[in-house]
Amino acid sequence: MFIIKCPYCGERDHSEFNYGGEAHLVRPKQPTELSDDQWAEYLFMRKNIKGLQYERWNHSHGCRRWFNVSRDTSTDKIHSVYKIGEKPSK
Amino acid sequence: MSNEYRLSSGGQINRSESISFKFNGRTFHGYKGDTLASALLANGIHLVGRSFKYHRPRGIFSSGVEEPNALVQIIKDQGKTDPNLRATQIEIYEGLNATSQNCWPSVNFDLGSINNLFSPIIPAGFYYKTFMWPANLWENVYEYFIRRAAGLGKSPTKKDPDNYDHIYYHCEVLIVGAGPAGLVAAKIAANAGKKVLLVDERPNFGGNLNFSNKDYNKINGLTPLEWIKKTCLDLENNKNIKILNRTSVAAYHNYNYLIMVQNLTDHLADKDKNDQIRQRLWKVRAKKVILATGSIERPMIFDCNDRPGIMLSSAVRKYANTYGVKCGNNISFFTNNDDAYETAITLHNKGVKINSIIDIREKSNADLPKKCDELGIKIYWKSAVIYTEGYKKINNIHVMSLSKDNSSVIGNKLKINCDLLCVSGGYTPAVHLFTQSGGKLEYNEKKHYFFPKKNTLYQISIGSCNGTFGLKNIISEAQEKTREFLSIKEVDRLDVLTPKGGDFENIWLLPSNKISGKTKSFVDYQNDSTANDIKLALREGFKSIEHVKRYTTTGMATDQGKIANMHALGIISEITNTKLGELGTTTFRPPYSPITFGALVGRNVGKFFDITRKTPMHDWHEKNNAKFEDVGQWKRAWYYPSDKESMYDAVQRESKAARTSAGILDASTLGKIDIQGSDASEFLNRVYTNAWSKLAIGKCRYGLMLNDDGMVYDDGVTTRLDENHYIMTTTTGGAATVMGKLEDFLQTEWPELKVYLTSVTDHFATISVCGPHSKKILEKVTQSIDYSDDNFPHMSFKHGLIDKIKCRVMRISFTGELSYEINIQANYGQSVWEKCMSVGREYGITPYGTEAMHLLRAEKGFIIVGQETDGTVTPVDLQMDWIVSKKKYDFIGKRSLYRSDTMREDRKQYVGLLTNDPKEILEEGAQIVAEVKSKPPMDMIGHVTSSYYSPNLNKSIALAVVKNGKKLKGKRLYIPMKNKTIEVTVSDTIFLDKEGKRLNA
Amino acid sequence: MKKKYSIFALVKNSLSYHENWQRAWRDPEPKSRYDAVIVGGGGHGLATAYYLAKEHNLKNIAVVEKGWIGGGNTGRNTTIIRSNYLWDASAGMYDHALKIWENLSQELNYNVMFSQRGVMNLAHNQHDVRELKRRTHANRLNGIDCEWLNVEQVKKFCPIINCSPNIRYPVMGSTLQRRAGTARHDAVAWGYARGADAMGVDIIQNCEVKGIKRNGDSIEGIETTKGFIKTQKVGVVAAGHSSVIANMAGLRLPLESKPLQALVSEPIKPIIDTVVMSNAVHAYVSQSDKGELVIGAGTDSYISYTQKGTHEIVEGTLKAILELYPIFSRLRMLRQWGGVVDICPDASPIISKTSIKGLYFNCGWGTGGFKATPGSGHLFAHTMAKDEPHALNEAFNINRFISGDLVDEHGAAAVAH
Repeated sequence: MFIIKCPYCGERDHSEFNYGGEAHLVRPKQPTELSDDQWAEYLFMRKNIKGLQYERWNHSHGCRRWFNVSRDTSTDKIHSVYKIGEKPSK
Repeated sequence: MSNEYRLSSGGQINRSESISFKFNGRTFHGYKGDTLASALLANGIHLVGRSFKYHRPRGIFSSGVEEPNALVQIIKDQGKTDPNLRATQIEIYEGLNATSQNCWPSVNFDLGSINNLFSPIIPAGFYYKTFMWPANLWENVYEYFIRRAAGLGKSPTKKDPDNYDHIYYHCEVLIVGAGPAGLVAAKIAANAGKKVLLVDERPNFGGNLNFSNKDYNKINGLTPLEWIKKTCLDLENNKNIKILNRTSVAAYHNYNYLIMVQNLTDHLADKDKNDQIRQRLWKVRAKKVILATGSIERPMIFDCNDRPGIMLSSAVRKYANTYGVKCGNNISFFTNNDDAYETAITLHNKGVKINSIIDIREKSNADLPKKCDELGIKIYWKSAVIYTEGYKKINNIHVMSLSKDNSSVIGNKLKINCDLLCVSGGYTPAVHLFTQSGGKLEYNEKKHYFFPKKNTLYQISIGSCNGTFGLKNIISEAQEKTREFLSIKEVDRLDVLTPKGGDFENIWLLPSNKISGKTKSFVDYQNDSTANDIKLALREGFKSIEHVKRYTTTGMATDQGKIANMHALGIISEITNTKLGELGTTTFRPPYSPITFGALVGRNVGKFFDITRKTPMHDWHEKNNAKFEDVGQWKRAWYYPSDKESMYDAVQRESKAARTSAGILDASTLGKIDIQGSDASEFLNRVYTNAWSKLAIGKCRYGLMLNDDGMVYDDGVTTRLDENHYIMTTTTGGAATVMGKLEDFLQTEWPELKVYLTSVTDHFATISVCGPHSKKILEKVTQSIDYSDDNFPHMSFKHGLIDKIKCRVMRISFTGELSYEINIQANYGQSVWEKCMSVGREYGITPYGTEAMHLLRAEKGFIIVGQETDGTVTPVDLQMDWIVSKKKYDFIGKRSLYRSDTMREDRKQYVGLLTNDPKEILEEGAQIVAEVKSKPPMDMIGHVTSSYYSPNLNKSIALAVVKNGKKLKGKRLYIPMKNKTIEVTVSDTIFLDKEGKRLNA
Repeated sequence: MKKKYSIFALVKNSLSYHENWQRAWRDPEPKSRYDAVIVGGGGHGLATAYYLAKEHNLKNIAVVEKGWIGGGNTGRNTTIIRSNYLWDASAGMYDHALKIWENLSQELNYNVMFSQRGVMNLAHNQHDVRELKRRTHANRLNGIDCEWLNVEQVKKFCPIINCSPNIRYPVMGSTLQRRAGTARHDAVAWGYARGADAMGVDIIQNCEVKGIKRNGDSIEGIETTKGFIKTQKVGVVAAGHSSVIANMAGLRLPLESKPLQALVSEPIKPIIDTVVMSNAVHAYVSQSDKGELVIGAGTDSYISYTQKGTHEIVEGTLKAILELYPIFSRLRMLRQWGGVVDICPDASPIISKTSIKGLYFNCGWGTGGFKATPGSGHLFAHTMAKDEPHALNEAFNINRFISGDLVDEHGAAAVAH
């Protein structure tokens, strides 16, 4: 029941958004050159942080844009919101 | 016996409006404004229920939401009966019919009370220690009887005829609780121009001030009732504020999101309800929240403190002042604070005999005890009630003096006759909502309560829920904190008169003259857990308060420990020698008080349970007797039985027609994504397993989409409409997720690609016409398309017109027949469909549903994602290696195809199966073995994914995935069913027209 | 020596007003070293310790628990026990657990109230029917009891289900596992704790793990809020917090920890005598011995360790409940709560060694770990003691995420992830 501030639309109820998992996981440019281990690391392994997490959200019932959020998973408090390609403000 | 306990005057009831109601089959009278509890008490009825475990007689204990004992069932028809309602909250209306619960045959004579005799051998947690032998008796005997004995009221057995509603609301300031603090805050906020919502769970505002003694409490010279009336009038006239009574805040979530339930009609007689909404769920998002939720009076914990006729002192005052009811004629008090004295004075002034006040304190020099003394009321200082007598109603209390350190009782035992014992153990701030919101509590060691310490949201607590007591303190705090919280400069001064209070002393568990094992000092009345149960739990090593709670069930009854929890904690802290602040509390879980499922669900029942998606031709299907299949939210025409035709016969007929004359299918539910942009081809290269760059404009291609784990995710035909313009189709079920996934990759992984996606599923109606006559039909339906094979070959598309309306026609086939698909703006769908039908009539055109479609494609061995695949199947497993590009550098899922397990040669692979008996149809989902054993377990090597009787081949056919299937062609396998084993032979997956001649027939 | 619990013991103790019952378990301070330490005092962790002591002859064992035993998902779940899983590996493992459940009260001398009242899984569309029948066949050939009920049989077995063909998603049939049922969740933790304690296992509550000490690729011990504990074997059974512990050891796991909610109604007289689950509309319900309807809600999509979920999840679940049981509309939600569940991408657990010698993980149970408690503990104890998996948990090793040999149980998991 968060309120998320979509960087394109402003504050909206959490029910308008879809969660997209850990942010800043870059899909390898050359997957075929990775070992099975390395590929599994990208595909399945997650930090699953308790504390401040950088994560992706999609304003699926709004502008449909993806963006990043930093949120404390131990309190659900959102610290900042930033666009794809941007760096989080500390 | 009619209202003999009604005082001759006073109260906020309407004495001119008499109301009759039934309780346990007897008719009583009360007045408009009474609760069931007050009306029963006015008629001298205390005994209303039996306890959960020992079936001890229990009476009305409190006057509100905290009531643990007086639970009743409302009797109406089977759809409208309500279990477990609190008599203290039910407002009476003409025709109300309530009964006691959890007793048989009656509350007065309850056979279950035999449990009380066994109580010595059934302490807390006894069930964990017994009923284990013999093991097979647990479910059928022991548990059966436990279940029968447990439970309180009875569930309705018919559908609820009432309606419920939801509303979303936003406000600047939400104030929870309209007691003095809440009213003061509301006035300040509303006057400052804020948009305010003020809610209170009770019908009347003013909280406990409503029944405060008017001689001792005044605001600006007004009596409590006068001030409440004036303040409420002011508020009602202020357009900034919305005020809701009978509205209970159930849950306080993060980001100031609160769920509350408003009761709209439960207090009305049936004739006045007029089918109005019963309850409304409010979902409120507030900028700021002011909690003024008040406090709950505590009982005293001593031997046999649970008898009918033992009541909270504040409740007795409320019954007297608000309802004009005296709860007894000869009243004793047992207290540790001054509040009880206000009740005593109130009742004394109303002419009721107060025989004694037992006070555990040495002395109090405060105003009210002094006044009692003056009135000649006997006060026993430094004394305690140690026992009570009277089975169904108290008639006697035993009193002894307390030792200096309060650890024991001393001196002579005094017996005092009484018909009512008012207990007052101080007040516990109602911090439920505060902690739900994430706030942290601190314990006040001197005043013995937890109070709000640190909040995490835009929120304050004021009044007694913040641990502030005494009218003067409450009002000045409410003013000051609200002013500061809302950044308001100045507020009006209020002159408050309030009695000077004395100290408060606390003993969690009162000493007794008996050995403790022989006492029954109830902590949780409803669940029958006693101080001894708590001690037992601690003795057995249940150290954490949560353990004690769970082991003894203290605080887990329908009042969720509103009365019990503080004392349970206190007793634990005393016994374990732990400071209460370190012990902490158990978690306060929502809801604050129980809320109906109906209110939580609102209108989302019946046909509003979920959206129904219908195709543009839905009405036609309905008129033509289609049976529908649910696919996601879509209703798809499943088959079209004529008169008495069975499903099997209909599907056989439809499937036959599609291959011999012409079939028509509504394919509108398939997902459609419009893809445009200069990098569209490259985009498709990356999302599909096959190559797209060379697809010519006007051509169609089948594509298979994987997840990045290499497993088949979706499939469909994509058509190149123009250089930079494609239209992709997806499965019906996958439409939304595919769109989401593509958008995700586009925005986050490949932002450099110039590609734009639009979902156009609902924009087009899709009509598929197949069969040998399909071309002739299409030629007549559309204009300006040359259907010659040269001009319009298989897997290509043309723009066309149907009666001046633009359409797209694709020549693609999911049945293996010559087949065309018309895509036209959705609102023309039905008329074009009808046109196809009328043009096709001479060719025997036959509508076929999804079932026949599945059969037809199975004859051709085409897969259905989600039927042949289940998230564990790769394209290689499907023997579709041909569609996996080896040349492409990467596509979604490619890397995963080269992991050690996905490269295994003996994975489950896609095959056909033929039964030895061509009439035998396999069951979809049936498991396949290579070797039949006489009994399980057997090694399963695969399962049947699709199975039909093919009317075109006159034999049964099946598709399956089988371990190492590629190498098993021609081999015999077995399908062990429950009663028989079916032999099958592994075959090719294409059963009909392997060469694909029919596509051009 | 622990004194036996029985009706005779109750009667005997009543004579001394129950003053003489033994502690169910001790409250020891941690020793400086143990042969094995279990991190996490939930049902799975306590069962692991119990079987390590009982079957593998390890006596110097500790269970360290950050809060109070059984306080995590053990005490927060809807207590459904069944073994009707699709794949051989899951069916084998869950049925192993179910077989232990069948005698667990006697084994532990603690009544865990395992009640085989049957579990139904309803089908609401053709896809459901196909998948559930597939599971029925697979279960039968694996020797696991499972029946298919048509709509009439559904109606007969559980009359209060709304079997009208006119509801939005009509019931089209159901599977029924009669051996399945429910148990008393707290009792499982307490029973195992008492049993383990009797064999000398130290159960240390209020002891949070703060670090994992490694020497190269082997374990040396753990840092806790009660000091350093030396040990060469650490079994982590920390459910939602598994990743937190893994991060201390420098490992990453294929897990996401999400809120899962449940709720109970006020107690009512018996109205539903079995467990009914429905994946398609998302509702599952049973009635506790106390009379409360126990209702499982869904998971939220996002990671959260708050033990709180969103209101909309609860609302969605109750919506489905009223679709299937319109008679429950006037009943009232008494209590609602959340837990943190650790979910694997294939909806199957991990019971596995790791790349660090002496460090073992038992996690990823997602929404359905309770049912596996005895089996999970039993197999994990084996894995820890022998430093190799038991045949029944071989498939649940962590390397499956590298090889791709997943055990995809999304269809069988109660909650669609």
